[in-house]
Amino acid sequence: MLDVLGYLAFFLTTALSYALMCLGLNLQWGQTGLFNVGIAGFAAIGAYASAMLTTPPGGNHFGGFDLPILIGWIGAMLASGLAAAIIGAITLRLRADYLAITTFGIAIVIQLFALNAQSFTGGAFGIGFIPRPFANLAEHALAFELANLALVGGVTLLVFLALERLVRSPWGRVLRAIREDETAALSLGKNAKRFRLQAFVLGSAIMGLAGAIQGHFIGFIAPENYLSAITFQVWAMLIIGGSGNNRGALVGAILVWGLWSLSGAAMTTIFPPEQQVRAAALQIVAIGVLMATILLLRPRGILGEQMTVSRHLEGGTGDG
Amino acid sequence: MKGRVVLSAEAIVAGYEPDLPILNGAGFTLHEREIVALLGPNGAGKSTLIKAVAGLVPVTSGRVRLEERDITNLPAHLLIRLGLGFVPQTENVFAAMSIADNLLLAAAILPKTRRAERVAAMYAMFPDLAAKTSLAAGRLSGGQRQMLAIARTLLVEPKVLMLDEPSAGLSPKIVGGVFETLQRVRETGVAILLVEQSVRTALALADRAYVLAEGRNRHEGPAPLLRDDPLIAHLYFGGDPVAAP
Amino acid sequence: MSLQFIADGLLIGSMVGLGAIGVTLTYSILGFANFVHGEFIAWGAYACLVIAGLIGLGFGIQVQPLGPFSIGWVILVAAVFAMTFTGLLALALDFLLFSRLRRHGNAIVMVMASFGASMALRSLLEFLFTSEPAYFSREIQIAIPIGLGVRVTPDQMLMLVLTAVLVLGMHLLITRTTLGRAMRAVSENPSLAAVGGIDVAAVIRRTWLIGGALACAAGIVAGITVQIRPFMGFDLLLPMFAAAILGGIGSVPGAVLGGLIVGLAESCAVQFVGAEYRAAVAFLLLIAVLLLRPTGLFGRAAG
Repeated sequence: MLDVLGYLAFFLTTALSYALMCLGLNLQWGQTGLFNVGIAGFAAIGAYASAMLTTPPGGNHFGGFDLPILIGWIGAMLASGLAAAIIGAITLRLRADYLAITTFGIAIVIQLFALNAQSFTGGAFGIGFIPRPFANLAEHALAFELANLALVGGVTLLVFLALERLVRSPWGRVLRAIREDETAALSLGKNAKRFRLQAFVLGSAIMGLAGAIQGHFIGFIAPENYLSAITFQVWAMLIIGGSGNNRGALVGAILVWGLWSLSGAAMTTIFPPEQQVRAAALQIVAIGVLMATILLLRPRGILGEQMTVSRHLEGGTGDG
Repeated sequence: MKGRVVLSAEAIVAGYEPDLPILNGAGFTLHEREIVALLGPNGAGKSTLIKAVAGLVPVTSGRVRLEERDITNLPAHLLIRLGLGFVPQTENVFAAMSIADNLLLAAAILPKTRRAERVAAMYAMFPDLAAKTSLAAGRLSGGQRQMLAIARTLLVEPKVLMLDEPSAGLSPKIVGGVFETLQRVRETGVAILLVEQSVRTALALADRAYVLAEGRNRHEGPAPLLRDDPLIAHLYFGGDPVAAP
Repeated sequence: MSLQFIADGLLIGSMVGLGAIGVTLTYSILGFANFVHGEFIAWGAYACLVIAGLIGLGFGIQVQPLGPFSIGWVILVAAVFAMTFTGLLALALDFLLFSRLRRHGNAIVMVMASFGASMALRSLLEFLFTSEPAYFSREIQIAIPIGLGVRVTPDQMLMLVLTAVLVLGMHLLITRTTLGRAMRAVSENPSLAAVGGIDVAAVIRRTWLIGGALACAAGIVAGITVQIRPFMGFDLLLPMFAAAILGGIGSVPGAVLGGLIVGLAESCAVQFVGAEYRAAVAFLLLIAVLLLRPTGLFGRAAG
């Protein structure tokens, strides 16, 4: 029984870390209409930044400053945000589909860099010994899982609430106006660029945070974790859950991760161990087919698009 | 004097969105060898009517007939093969393609044996185009482009030629040339329907005209009578539209 | 300093160029960046391998190489079938997915769907064939010196010739045939094309068939000169997009020239900088084009 609880906690923790990425993506795509196909890259930057800041010295990589985990996570957000600011300043002026190709390319370059800049990133071996939160509880498996779940859940909840507030604020409304009509956005001129950049940077910072959280949860990161499979999964989560909708992001993440884990378990039972790698490929096929089906039959996803207006109208406690 | 009806539209309700109709029951008849103009102020729906006939705007209710055949909502690419040609107002040639390619493409729906002769016939009718056949159509002047657009459609010898504001953006002299061409076309037995913004120009060419307003027919009559009709002025320059007698 | 990198660059460039033709055609006629194109390359290569194997099995023969090349007539016959198969695969995907999305969605949804479909198709290949590289032939080819320090294998020369033939054929198709004119017309103004009698849906179907077949050819070239593996198409995606955009969306000569430039740039980078960052070269070219001259070399200006 405790085993099941422990597994559930583990499952939820991972699902929520993806939900965090999904929230960041929703800000960029659902709210602002920015088509980011480079999620894996920003997650990687966050994960590596936090790893470099918090690992003990002596590793085969840059950093090892042995700083507290919280500093690592803040550093992750700053690093991803900064990268997004630079990349965004150059590329956000491009049309949506060119932005997609560009962010796709950026993620590839980032992964390539992580793989090849050995002295900086540790190369193909990645970075290990990343401090895990509540490490002192490691022997008490259930307590450890639950503590981590509480931590990740808390962070995700915080980000969710903050984003919900942002969505209903004047800032959020401008973003949606820009998303609806690119030409009108052009007529807004410089201001539109600034809003988009802000959304892009904030969304990427959240993705970086999620990457760091994942890294600290596992204790180890490597370049092969940041291939386009992550980008694909997070997009599938948002599309299935409902883009434009923070709740949809959460639901989609938990649902898709659930399907992923279930299908993974099915693969383990159906296929012999030597075939596991091959079988894992089928999981992606399944998610891809599901994503295509949703796009065809219910393009707004499970929770659909919320028509959020001002929180003032909804009786919230907004300031004047 | 009037020949048989070659093209007719009856009680057309149409629009780009099904629940937002631009036309609310407009229509016309076009006889052999006739030139008929569709007039009306901006937003009256005359362009939409001609596009609905051409298969570019979905028709929610009503009938369009080409001779005896019901062509309502037929796919646009079938209509030219049935003898209904349409020259849009803007972007009516392929600017990135050469004059020759524009004509050769138009000829593609003809049997192979007829293509060369019809292309040659268009060069003969429009010598300006024959001068530099490899020139990109986008480099032509406005008037020459209009000629090419008309040539592309005449090439396949349609029974009916529809034009959406053929005089738009052209100087009066060029417009004269275009209209002279259309007279010649009518003499070869083609019926012509045109939408025009400029009343005077249209009535100088047309035999009959319909006046549309707010998606409906308001008035119709022979051109000479309409020319002096005060109703036209009302409809174009404000005041309450007067019901047709 | 040897000029070997020029030969290598031309070979890569021809693969990229062949694939980029399909990308530029679907981009200009259908208006979206098709991520699945990489998978047509991979599926094409595997299809050729499987069909060749079946032919060999069916006739109970060993694949006998022709002359100095590592491949025999079996591969050539299989290639024809594989190109047809890949063309039909592209058509099927359009029928199942893209044509339906076209009706309601905008271009962005199609790009997103194509990204998802590409992952699914690639993973299916991984499942069916594992990620181990496969080869058309185990024969080792000796590279022949052709002067200026350049060595090429007979296979590479054959592939270059075949690519040139295909590209020339495509150019003639686009410029001299009715279908080519129709494709150019639909990419410029679909409603004018329809009014002029062109069945736009039929043109779109033929574009998919041709694009798929060309991608298959690119995959076979890559399979013969390098190797076959599930990620082979994905790795060519960024270079193909860069080539198509560099050449100007809608221009077949542009896509080929863009491919050659990308290929040469990559091999230069390998020669002078190192092989690890090869993929970054295409990306840098892409950024440069998008920032400096987004319409590319031969493209039409927007709007």
